[in-house]
Amino acid sequence: MKIGTPKEIADGEARVAMTPASAKELQKLGHDCLIEAGAGLAAGFDDAAYEEAGVTVLKGAAKVWSEADVIAKVRPPTETEAKRLKDDKTLVSFFYPGSNEAQMKTIAKKGTTVVAMDMVPRISRAQKMDALSSMANIAGYRAVIEAGNNFGRFFTGQVTAAGKVPPAKVLVVGAGVAGLAAIGTATSLGAIVYAFDVRPEVSEQIESMGAEFVFLDFEDSQDSSASGGYAAPSSPEFQEKQLEKFREMAPEIDIVITTALIPNRDAPVLWTKDMVEAMKPGSVIIDLAAERGGNCELTVKDEKIVSDNGVTIVGYTDFPSRMAAQSSTLYATNIRHLMTDLTPEKDGVIDHDMEDDVIRGATVTHGGEVTYPPPKPKVAAIAAAPKKEKPKELTAEEKRAQETLAFQQQTKFQVGLLAVGGVLLLLAGLYTPASFMQHFIVFTLACFVGFQVIWGVAHSLHTPLMAVTNAISSIIILGALLQIGSGSVLVMLLAGLAVFMAGINIFGGFLVTRRMLAMFQKS
Amino acid sequence: MELGFTNAAYVVAGVLFILSLGGLSSQESAKRAIWYGIVGMAVAVLATLVGPGSGLWVASLVLIALGGAIGYQLATRVQMTQMPELVAAMHSLVGLAAVFVGLNAHIEIGRVAAAFAEAGQIFPRPYDVAVTPEALAVAEQFRGFGAVVAKKIPVEITILQIELALGVWIGAITFTGSIVAYGKLSGSSSLLPFEIDTSAKQLPGGHALNAGAAALSLICLFWFLGSGGTFPLVILTLAALFIGYHLIMGIGGADMPVVVSMLNSYSGWAAAAIGFSLGNDLLITVGALVGSSGAILSYIMCKAMNRSFVSVILGGFGGASGEQMAVEGEQVAIEADGVASALNEADSVVIVPGYGMAVAQAQQAVSELTRKLRAAGKEVRFAIHPVAGRLPGHMNVLLAEAKVPYDIVLEMDEINDDFPSTDVVIVIGSNDIVNPAAQDDPNSPIAGMPVLEVWKAKQVFVSKRGQGTGYSGIENPLFFKDNTRMFYGDAKASVDKLLPLID
Repeated sequence: MKIGTPKEIADGEARVAMTPASAKELQKLGHDCLIEAGAGLAAGFDDAAYEEAGVTVLKGAAKVWSEADVIAKVRPPTETEAKRLKDDKTLVSFFYPGSNEAQMKTIAKKGTTVVAMDMVPRISRAQKMDALSSMANIAGYRAVIEAGNNFGRFFTGQVTAAGKVPPAKVLVVGAGVAGLAAIGTATSLGAIVYAFDVRPEVSEQIESMGAEFVFLDFEDSQDSSASGGYAAPSSPEFQEKQLEKFREMAPEIDIVITTALIPNRDAPVLWTKDMVEAMKPGSVIIDLAAERGGNCELTVKDEKIVSDNGVTIVGYTDFPSRMAAQSSTLYATNIRHLMTDLTPEKDGVIDHDMEDDVIRGATVTHGGEVTYPPPKPKVAAIAAAPKKEKPKELTAEEKRAQETLAFQQQTKFQVGLLAVGGVLLLLAGLYTPASFMQHFIVFTLACFVGFQVIWGVAHSLHTPLMAVTNAISSIIILGALLQIGSGSVLVMLLAGLAVFMAGINIFGGFLVTRRMLAMFQKS
Repeated sequence: MELGFTNAAYVVAGVLFILSLGGLSSQESAKRAIWYGIVGMAVAVLATLVGPGSGLWVASLVLIALGGAIGYQLATRVQMTQMPELVAAMHSLVGLAAVFVGLNAHIEIGRVAAAFAEAGQIFPRPYDVAVTPEALAVAEQFRGFGAVVAKKIPVEITILQIELALGVWIGAITFTGSIVAYGKLSGSSSLLPFEIDTSAKQLPGGHALNAGAAALSLICLFWFLGSGGTFPLVILTLAALFIGYHLIMGIGGADMPVVVSMLNSYSGWAAAAIGFSLGNDLLITVGALVGSSGAILSYIMCKAMNRSFVSVILGGFGGASGEQMAVEGEQVAIEADGVASALNEADSVVIVPGYGMAVAQAQQAVSELTRKLRAAGKEVRFAIHPVAGRLPGHMNVLLAEAKVPYDIVLEMDEINDDFPSTDVVIVIGSNDIVNPAAQDDPNSPIAGMPVLEVWKAKQVFVSKRGQGTGYSGIENPLFFKDNTRMFYGDAKASVDKLLPLID
């Protein structure tokens, strides 16, 4: 079969669906490759390179459209392009069938087969043709580069002779492929990266990339495994909480990269106008969801604007195209893998097997019919997370109530204890002379000081503590010293003995403690 | 003015003592803090000598110097493995000193009363009677403590008697209790003229005897307060001596950390009680400091064993209810080369020392092993259970003596989560503190006691003298686990055998 790639006609689209390298691989499958002259120029592949790879270079798009049996391209077909599609042809490209229904129906009527690269199911086997992921990876990387380009400071913190530079703080919202790529890029540039996602199970991935997961304490967080690893819309309460958290973080953050997209829906607004206003001048927001309306309220699609308070908001939608050489290479490889699956015999004959999960999932029109949406794949994308037996999480109110209760009980206990102790003391005070009470005050306070001080003692120093308290407890020597001068011989004798024993203790205790402490060494 | 000076010095000393205890919060500050304690003690003693101390300067100094010389000898000669014994022995001295000082106070009261009676004056002076010149004259012949007593009114005398009886009572318990604890800790190498059985032993009658002696003490106290005679005080002292002896006899060697810290606490309370009777604020302050310190230590120890203070003091492991789980499997022995090759392959090693290491004096060999393993680039750490050894912090001191850096010596809570990622755990002479039955077997006598979860490591080697059970006599399922190998032999000899095999 002949696989042809016309030049992308969309404005500013620099990618190309076939590279010399992928063409060589396609030929190994038994296919012939065609390309429109100049199609790869914007991505850095000139016609000579294609010719060298054995690709037939054709002048003009019309020839490619008419000669090729399989058309591989990047962007969804325009109306003119769609008209050029004939019945028996196959189109491989991004198609976005969910928002492209009218065209899908017209094309289906012609009998053309359309394989939508954006519909490749997310299962392990299909990862090699998952163009969304490969493009998102580039978008995530490029978003950070773009942010750096618009950000007036270093990413990494430095202490230089010319002064201290604080590290940039980057918040990545949505930890899909793009988000994770952005996290990795930003951390390797030295920024402090925070990341948020509605799916708590990605926290591990986030942390593995070196970012800090922004934890949102919420009860029914999503388990995304049911939706093929993509985020699903979240409840209003959750969104409220999420925005609250962002609002709290906004003044701190230098760079925000939003990547939150829910399949076939408008992008959720996560970064509102007031958050932009709360940010420092010079901060940058990169909105990777601009294509679907943007995660930031102020985003203008395909434009870079600067807000009133000096925050740059980038709404480009062509990040992969801005790195056309890289993205073309990856996209062409994705297409090549798809073609490999379509030509199992490697004989240049396409066997469109609608029983195959991957091919069935990606095919949106086939044999004159619309085959979108596909049935649920037989293999689940991601094993469902085992239902965790949660130790019943308490709501904030319950928790507070519990805390208050505990606090009240503690207070009651403490007050009760104090009251009883106080009454006993007062009673004692009634019957005991002032001199005793005076000493008693000292005693009580000393007990309290003792309790406070001893809790701070390191566990490893408990033996020295005992030795030193032992030495100190020979303060009993004072009592003996007070009595030793008495007239009674017996008293003098006993007091003398006490002085002697306390003397042993003082010296023995302190010396042995010193000996022990001197041994403790740091490595 | 003199009294003012003394009190000022006492304030200084008190502050210094508090600082010296507070400084023990870290190893570095502790080295400075000990000097605070020494200076505080010097200030207190000197201030007492020049202030209200009543003569006999020279004799006092000579006695202190003599005591100091003995103390110096003890402190420099004692081996670190004998620390628990030394601490216990020194507690007994404080206890005995408290008894003497308390008895002296009683004798002084008697002497003052006799002098007053001789002069035909009433003693103690009734509250509503003014001080007569004659009484003053009698009081003048007394110095120091006697002079203070001579001015007291009846209520004060009664309180004084309660206080001194209390001081004597606690002091006497501390005295005999500490001697017994000393004997149990030192085992056969005892300096005592008699052998002490290290296991829990009680006279027939058990705790009833203790309770009886306590009741007798209480009766004697009231008798003493009523009559003021010497005889009830002597009986009270004897009863207390008996309680101290019998109470500690009934506690097994494994519980000694609690006992020693409890006696530490008692010696403090005794000092505080004596302080009350002598009207000396510094004694009260320091006594309370020491008392609360010991109380907290006992509490920490009990918590580490998941037992209530009362059950420890009343002796024996109680609370075993129902059949204990039978232990299945067999203990598999291993030789030194097997252990060495495992160590050579491991990246992270945790050593769990116990009393067995102290007994075998193996800390130097263990330190050498640590040094070699660390030199080979392996991560070596020590896990210390709060009740490992026979004294709170005993293992830390031993390891420090052997020059193991203290920053690789970790507490149970710090290291327990790391066991699953540890390659090799070496258990040296500890048993109950690594017993999984504490978590798995609700009927085990040590159920609920926090233990080091060594069995979660990839491999466990247990260095142990033989197949016997630990102090508590409980079978340890750890020894039967699949990832456990028994490395029989004396701890020191075993580790010494390992050393040449480590590269």
